[in-house]
Amino acid sequence: MSTDREPEGPDGPDRPDGPERDAAPQEGRRLHPITPWRRAWAPIAALVVFSVQDYQRTRAWAEELTLGWLALAFAVVVPLAAGYGFVSWWVTHYAVTDTELRIRTGVLFRRVAHIRLDRIQAVDVSRPLLARVAGVAKLKLDVVGTNEKDELAFLGEADAVALRAELLARAAGIAPDAAPEAGEAPERVLLRVPPGMLTVALLLMGSGWGFLAALVVVPGFLWWASGSPAAALAAAVPMVGGAWMATVGRYLSEYDWKVAESPDGVRVDHGLLNREHATVPPGRVQAVRISEPLLWRRRGWVRVELAVAGNGGDTLLLPVAERAVAARVLATVLPGVDVAAAVAAARPVARRARFAVPVWWHGYAHGVTDAVFVTRHGRLRRVLELVPHAKVQSVRRTQGPWERRLGLADVHVDHGANGSVVARLRDAEEAEAVVVAQAERSRTGRRTARPERWLT
Amino acid sequence: MQEQAQHGPTGEPPEQGAPVPDAPEDVPRPTATGGAAPDAPASRPTAGPADGPTNGPSEPGEQEWRGVERALLSMRRTVLLTVMGVLTLATALPLALPLGPVWALPALLWPAVAAWGWYALGRNWRSWRYAERADDLLISRGVLWRETTVVPYGRMQLVEVTSGPLERRYGLARLQLHTAAATTDAAVPGLVPAEAERLRDRLTELGEARSAGL
Repeated sequence: MSTDREPEGPDGPDRPDGPERDAAPQEGRRLHPITPWRRAWAPIAALVVFSVQDYQRTRAWAEELTLGWLALAFAVVVPLAAGYGFVSWWVTHYAVTDTELRIRTGVLFRRVAHIRLDRIQAVDVSRPLLARVAGVAKLKLDVVGTNEKDELAFLGEADAVALRAELLARAAGIAPDAAPEAGEAPERVLLRVPPGMLTVALLLMGSGWGFLAALVVVPGFLWWASGSPAAALAAAVPMVGGAWMATVGRYLSEYDWKVAESPDGVRVDHGLLNREHATVPPGRVQAVRISEPLLWRRRGWVRVELAVAGNGGDTLLLPVAERAVAARVLATVLPGVDVAAAVAAARPVARRARFAVPVWWHGYAHGVTDAVFVTRHGRLRRVLELVPHAKVQSVRRTQGPWERRLGLADVHVDHGANGSVVARLRDAEEAEAVVVAQAERSRTGRRTARPERWLT
Repeated sequence: MQEQAQHGPTGEPPEQGAPVPDAPEDVPRPTATGGAAPDAPASRPTAGPADGPTNGPSEPGEQEWRGVERALLSMRRTVLLTVMGVLTLATALPLALPLGPVWALPALLWPAVAAWGWYALGRNWRSWRYAERADDLLISRGVLWRETTVVPYGRMQLVEVTSGPLERRYGLARLQLHTAAATTDAAVPGLVPAEAERLRDRLTELGEARSAGL
């Protein structure tokens, strides 16, 4: 553990005169030595998947297989896989400089990624079950414009935490010399979701029950219709997966949900078997979605998701929380945003919208506060979406032929997390005014935004 | 290569009074009184040095809409006629040769489509227009499905001018704007290359002056 990590000043080309680090600055640190083992078993897993998928042929093939052949195959495949794993571990390095994280990797095709620290949108540390047993962790970085999260897998657990702290400290603009020693910023726990509440919340969600019902109905029907249990089983297998994900998998992932506030941004820790951690630095939240499933409404519970730029997609902030608690947490995540005011600002659409969207028109609403653009939609499951004015990238007004007939138009607001929020079915004249005013607010809202290096 | 169309290099605004019922006349009024929208951030004393005297919503007078080149319409109509001509032949010949000329009548469907397309392309071409305002670029388009896009200059990450072989043949270029949001869909086809480059340079310059990150 902590093989190559030396807790000292920034390495990399910025410090060529560092003591006994003539080769190291170019190379940087290596990942945890357990990494190759993860890759070594991949071919074996592929073999297993192949034999499961094509069971008949594999059995016929296996009957001809003598012990000698088997031993030979293992003698060839396992060392090859282990060798590949080892080489790819050997050539993978990472280094932190004053402004960048550099990752060099690739055996045949070399890839060198220089990640600008002030552009980091989120830092995740995840510890899958096996990795927890081995005492290692994965560090993932969300950067705008990449197709997948850049990840460092695996690092020693202590290394991962220290590296995260260092990256965030540098990204925050702490003096480069102090950054490695700055350590973990202090955190204040805002909320823990009790297991009982999570259980009740998941029991009250429609999706899990829907999957379970489908799991009973569809294979049963297939069995009845085709008379072959194999077809029913084939249909059931993917549905079991879906049902598992929607119920137990979700419970395991959202278990022990903890939200904390620190100078580095909001921190989210969760998971029963696989522990996940996410840090979203201040000013990185592009949009917020607050949803209220039908059966949660009586209890006043909500689910809150954040949209963060980069490919991470939506980050779940709160799997379930009371409305007032969620509003309090959001107020710390997005300073100046008042959820109650946003809800109050949302005005319903005109009555004539019922000709455009018959039943669901009643759910649509839109409003503007001095901090956010607000839309609401949905009738059974209500969804409230907020976009801070400073995060609006462009504004569009669209109008179809039927909407024009009714004098209605939609306003789309595009934000930096590759998404857009739509205020549907507004009065056409109002929509025009909203588009112009929103462009203006987006322009001026930026001036009050915090700097990218949030501690400067 | 640069065969200029009948229009001037800057492309006069298309004839607005044309007897087309759907020609967009509802120009977004920047001075509209915002309705219920409280305009608090805009009314703060925000006159930064980057803004100078042009701060605040632009006056309707200075918002000058420009259309796109007529050559774009010619290009699209040529493509339409070519495709429809080929389709007509491809439908008519296999029917007429073995069965007799009367059987080729269904192929007349394609000329009918072409006639409708001719008209629809004209309306669509007239609907395309853009305006450079003090702080943002407006792009408006569409006849049945209308769309107006507003991109603040400070949000532009990349301005791109492209020109395919066919477009070059007609002396056209296409301007594409990218912001940090991939859903931003702002492009102006059918510009004279000189105008496209002027616009690109101006937008880049304005974007730098008003730059803002994510």
